[in-house]
Amino acid sequence: MQGSGLNTHNPQVGLPDTRGSVAQATLCVMVALALAALPFLRVAPNRLVSGEALSLVSLLYGFWWSLAVPGLALVGLCISKNHRVGLWLTVASTVTLGFGLAALAASHASWVAQTGSALARTSLGSGFWLGSALLTLVAADALQRLRSGSSARMACAAGVGLLFFVLLASGWCDDLSVMKEYANRSDVLVREVARHLQIVATAVSLTLLVGLPLGWAAWRFARVGKALFPVLNIIQTIPSIALFGLLMAPLAWLAGAWPAGGRAGISGVGLVPGVIALVLYSLLPVVRATLTGLQQVPSSVVQAAHGLGLTKAQVFWWVDLPLALPVMLGGVRTATIQAMGLAAVTALIGAGGLGSIMFEGLFSSAQDLVLLGVLPIVALGVLADGLFKGLIRLSSPYGLTYSLTNGLTPGLRPEGT
Amino acid sequence: MIEFQAISKSYAAGTAGNPAVKAIDGLSLSIARSEFVVLIGASGSGKSTLLKMINRMEDHDAGKILLDGREIYSFKVRELRLRMGYAIQSVGLFPHWTVERNIGVVPRMLGWSKSKISARVAELLGLFDLDPATYRTRWPHELSGGQQQRVGVARALAADPDVLLMDEPFGALDPVIRASLQLEMKRVHRTSGKTIVMVTHDIDEALLLATKIVLLDRGKVVQVASPLELLTQPANDFVVDFVGRSDMGIKRLSLQRADALARQQTRQSGASLRADSTLREAVSYLAMHRIESVNLDDGAGSHAGVLHAADIFSQLKLPDSKG
Repeated sequence: MQGSGLNTHNPQVGLPDTRGSVAQATLCVMVALALAALPFLRVAPNRLVSGEALSLVSLLYGFWWSLAVPGLALVGLCISKNHRVGLWLTVASTVTLGFGLAALAASHASWVAQTGSALARTSLGSGFWLGSALLTLVAADALQRLRSGSSARMACAAGVGLLFFVLLASGWCDDLSVMKEYANRSDVLVREVARHLQIVATAVSLTLLVGLPLGWAAWRFARVGKALFPVLNIIQTIPSIALFGLLMAPLAWLAGAWPAGGRAGISGVGLVPGVIALVLYSLLPVVRATLTGLQQVPSSVVQAAHGLGLTKAQVFWWVDLPLALPVMLGGVRTATIQAMGLAAVTALIGAGGLGSIMFEGLFSSAQDLVLLGVLPIVALGVLADGLFKGLIRLSSPYGLTYSLTNGLTPGLRPEGT
Repeated sequence: MIEFQAISKSYAAGTAGNPAVKAIDGLSLSIARSEFVVLIGASGSGKSTLLKMINRMEDHDAGKILLDGREIYSFKVRELRLRMGYAIQSVGLFPHWTVERNIGVVPRMLGWSKSKISARVAELLGLFDLDPATYRTRWPHELSGGQQQRVGVARALAADPDVLLMDEPFGALDPVIRASLQLEMKRVHRTSGKTIVMVTHDIDEALLLATKIVLLDRGKVVQVASPLELLTQPANDFVVDFVGRSDMGIKRLSLQRADALARQQTRQSGASLRADSTLREAVSYLAMHRIESVNLDDGAGSHAGVLHAADIFSQLKLPDSKG
């Protein structure tokens, strides 16, 4: 805790920020509170009751006390004035502690399964979830302060992902309730993941098909933008369930009045209204980013391009579009992640997807079934985020921050740099 | 080469019943091949508008502009622009393209082969004192302001255009870089023999670079003259004020070389100046060292006569009395 607020040392770009972190200290206190005060596991006689809460301390015995090592290391590291090695140790400690906690939970679940009834369920408690979420934040904060390049961060994420996969694949966790739900429904899960991705991919593709030309039109003709954005903004404010309701009646009528359309899949419920709703929500970020991206192209570059003799089409395809692309991809990224979450709700009108598992769990008050639906949605969102970040980097090899913050400003840069 | 015949252009009337503004008012001007013409004037004088009319970045309402005797409106816009280099104050390099691709953009549009473009890029980078091996793969934002503008001018020259148009190309640079780029431009003009039309508001830049200065005011030509004529035979008080009434004499000195006035005397004691110094530098040297005369020295180190202060001040009257 010492050293962060009082230290006047200026962080230098490219070097690790070596001050202690109030953020890390606060997060560590919160991790400790979450693990100490909230239930770590719940053991229930069957899947439908919530069961008895078990604290972390009550589970610790013998070898498991070694979990205190990375825990104490984290506390020590945020008090000490840390350096590059210290920050990497912080990352390593969070990962070790996180996986250690998971292993502890899994091992207790196996013990319960071996000693108790076959119906008994061991599920992860709020203490585990909150604790691991906070540990992720500690690791992210340390990586941030390391000023590590995005490749180092990607490598960390990939490493943790791989460890996680190994832990699941090894069968260690099979006695945890959520894994039992998975074992019962693995075929359904695979099907619904595919369905979920199908819904999102269809919606995002259609959004691009409609949104990119609309964004271009808003850029070319200011009046289009003036008319368009209020509509898109209002759509964003409609709750998703209400929007499905609004779409249901006209689509059902359309299917009735036009049987060919009905046979092609148009109906008040199912995939079509779900995708239409997602497209309506996704349009705002895509159209806005297309407009912003095209607007921030420096006018001096466009003027020079015309003066050199580029045709109007060449100016658009060679200059405007590539310079707008990173910003546009940012909009597509927002739209995709938003659609990934909203697609869960489309299950309510029969579109399927991971939402159907989630709602089944909700309606039968089986919390672990809810988790089985929600966790893959979160994972897919994180994957999509990483994918788009990579695409954005690829689209601006000349430096993204540069292209977003300014045009070329001759004379402001010292000669010879 | 370029001929303006009674050109006019008005901007539409503004709000509150303002009359239309005449940006260019019945202007005629002719620019010969290989001239370095500098259009100069205060802001709003129409100098930039006039330049942009040549490659039709601006249209004119009345009159004709001829390029090699042919009306510019008989060319396709694109064809016209591809024949002219164009460099602007804000440079406008394509930030997502390397230096090589920036410079090669016009040759690429003209369908040159890759090897020919590559050779031309190396040649131009060398011309502007940028090492091709280092700079061809750089991104524009990795260059300093002066380097960006060098690449901007190189890009304008890439396809060896007949005419080079430059709109305040050095306006945003600091004085030292600016001076070195001006000298480079002068050298490029001398060696390439291109017709160059440049806009500036800096009279010293105009006096240094131009073979012909066109002084504009409110869309009309006030005087067309060589730098020396402008200083020795200003058309009216406006010209005198624009050029700088108080230091016209000093400016005139900067246009003449020291060895033009040297007496063929043997070397005297004391230091020497380079023979190709300007009279302005010589006067400064004499004043600083409180001496009446100084040896001149050609580049190779041999004696080239003696320059006397008295000669400098007596000859200054000469062009006036002649004219």
